[in-house]
Amino acid sequence: MDHAVATAICEQRLRIVAALIGVTGDWDLAEDALADATERALRRWPTDGVPGNPAAWLTVTARRRAVDVLRRRALETDKLVELANDPVFGEDGMAYEVSAGSGRPGPGGPGPAVSGTGADAGLHDDRLRLIFTCCHPALSLEARVALTLKVVCGLSTRAIGRLFLVPEATASQRILRAKRKIAHAGIPYRVPDAQHLPDRLDGVLAVVYLAFSAGWSAARDPAAASEAVRLARLVAELLPLEDEARSLLALLLIQHSRQEARRVDGRLVTLEHQDRSRWDRSAIAEADALLGTGGAGWAGATRATSTGGGGWAAATRATSTGGGGATRATSTGGGGATRATSTSGRVNRGPYRIQAELAAVHARAERAEDTDWAAILGLYDELHERAPSPVSGVARAVAVGMAQGLARGLAELDALAEHPALRDYHPYYAARGDLLARAGQHEAAAQALARAADLAPSEIERTQLLERRREVLRSPG
Amino acid sequence: MRYLMFVATDPDNDADPTGEGTMPIEDWCDTYDAAGVRIMGERTRPAQDATTVRRRQGKVLVTDGPFAESREWIVGFDILECADLDEAIDVASRHPMAAQGRLELRPFWPFEDAAEEAT
Repeated sequence: MDHAVATAICEQRLRIVAALIGVTGDWDLAEDALADATERALRRWPTDGVPGNPAAWLTVTARRRAVDVLRRRALETDKLVELANDPVFGEDGMAYEVSAGSGRPGPGGPGPAVSGTGADAGLHDDRLRLIFTCCHPALSLEARVALTLKVVCGLSTRAIGRLFLVPEATASQRILRAKRKIAHAGIPYRVPDAQHLPDRLDGVLAVVYLAFSAGWSAARDPAAASEAVRLARLVAELLPLEDEARSLLALLLIQHSRQEARRVDGRLVTLEHQDRSRWDRSAIAEADALLGTGGAGWAGATRATSTGGGGWAAATRATSTGGGGATRATSTGGGGATRATSTSGRVNRGPYRIQAELAAVHARAERAEDTDWAAILGLYDELHERAPSPVSGVARAVAVGMAQGLARGLAELDALAEHPALRDYHPYYAARGDLLARAGQHEAAAQALARAADLAPSEIERTQLLERRREVLRSPG
Repeated sequence: MRYLMFVATDPDNDADPTGEGTMPIEDWCDTYDAAGVRIMGERTRPAQDATTVRRRQGKVLVTDGPFAESREWIVGFDILECADLDEAIDVASRHPMAAQGRLELRPFWPFEDAAEEAT
């Protein structure tokens, strides 16, 4: 019973809130109407039975509540009219009114809020309008993340405060201020036009990624990470032509698939030492399929999941067995094997695609020593070519060390040593310590690892680095 | 919606000398006057010609200089009438000072909303 309520609410919450905001422009009213409908469901369904179409029941109930509130205000007659004529909340939804206990939906009429299936159907979806509005660049980044988690994902302010290590009152204030700015500064409730879409989509994806990282970084809140994956899935479904949206979903699926393996007894385990049998293979297969479908769109990707996404796997095999030439073909993005799997030529290899492919290479290795470092280096080269940054330089140096010899990797790190951005960047020292330890230079490795531990942002990471340092000092040689 | 757009210099000195994406000021004014977006606008005298006025304990205090303790100087303003913030951002982004300085968009505060905002 509670399960039915929870499922219906989960599925329907965002549609209801997004559509009500679309019609009334009143964020608080929308959330209030949903809360009221939820409360009624919890009160009535246990005694009256779950209605045949719980989603429609919730939609209609929330709409009634909104109409009641607007009537009481007696000012917003135009909104009332609009609410009555809205396709989502329109009278056809009433056909689903369920008589007590019958559990049968009423006759006829399409269900509420059926999303379109055309290529750009998503562009007219209220949920997408809501997401773009929550992620508007005129709001501060922290406000965007908080507002999105609250309104789009339905997280409580308490959970959001916990996630960002701020008191609940602070999180609540942040969200309130963001809602006010939307109203007062005239931030529109819409999906940006084609000209602005790429830039604005980057902003949305950054928010999704941040929401995921916050839940993920110190394994603080796995629930928030799962919510972020759901959100990534929604954005990818609503924008089926956007490769970066699909790639971000793939990236998060792969990272999330390691959930069970990356923490053991409250300690973080590095990728190399994780028990790979505990990775969620179905999530990895789905990510592989997503990455292999170029412009085939969502339906194609989902279909491909069941067949294991062979296209992508084959493409990477072609890359990795072809030696340096093939890798270079991939990294210049020009018609390489990976490109060949795209059916539309629309694929513009953005940063999320490259990062997702990196994660996929790691995910494919059955054991750490099977990792295809040449493929990883090729992808880091590509990433570095587009946006050289000292941070990606560190990861690239490790790949150089693993693919072309430790001495070369260390030389790459030496070349970065003077960079001010890396002076207090703990992954730099961790990478250094790691390569030095592999090269048998235990003293120098221990020093680098100690420095990394000093700089690590969380206790759990510090513990892990000090553990590694002890391990290095214990090893023979 | 109406916005007051402050036109200011940028103390960071990272001006884009190409001015790519912006229009010369005359074209910008003509374009948005014709579109009914620019209600009015003026260039202002520099900060050293500014005067700040306060009233405290019944006395009017007049001081030399601008009130903003910032390093950027407001050098002009425009009043824009736009459908929403996205349109205002688009209009501002084509102003020549978008490349040379910075612009701030302040929505007008309608009188009838003032009551609901005691916070």
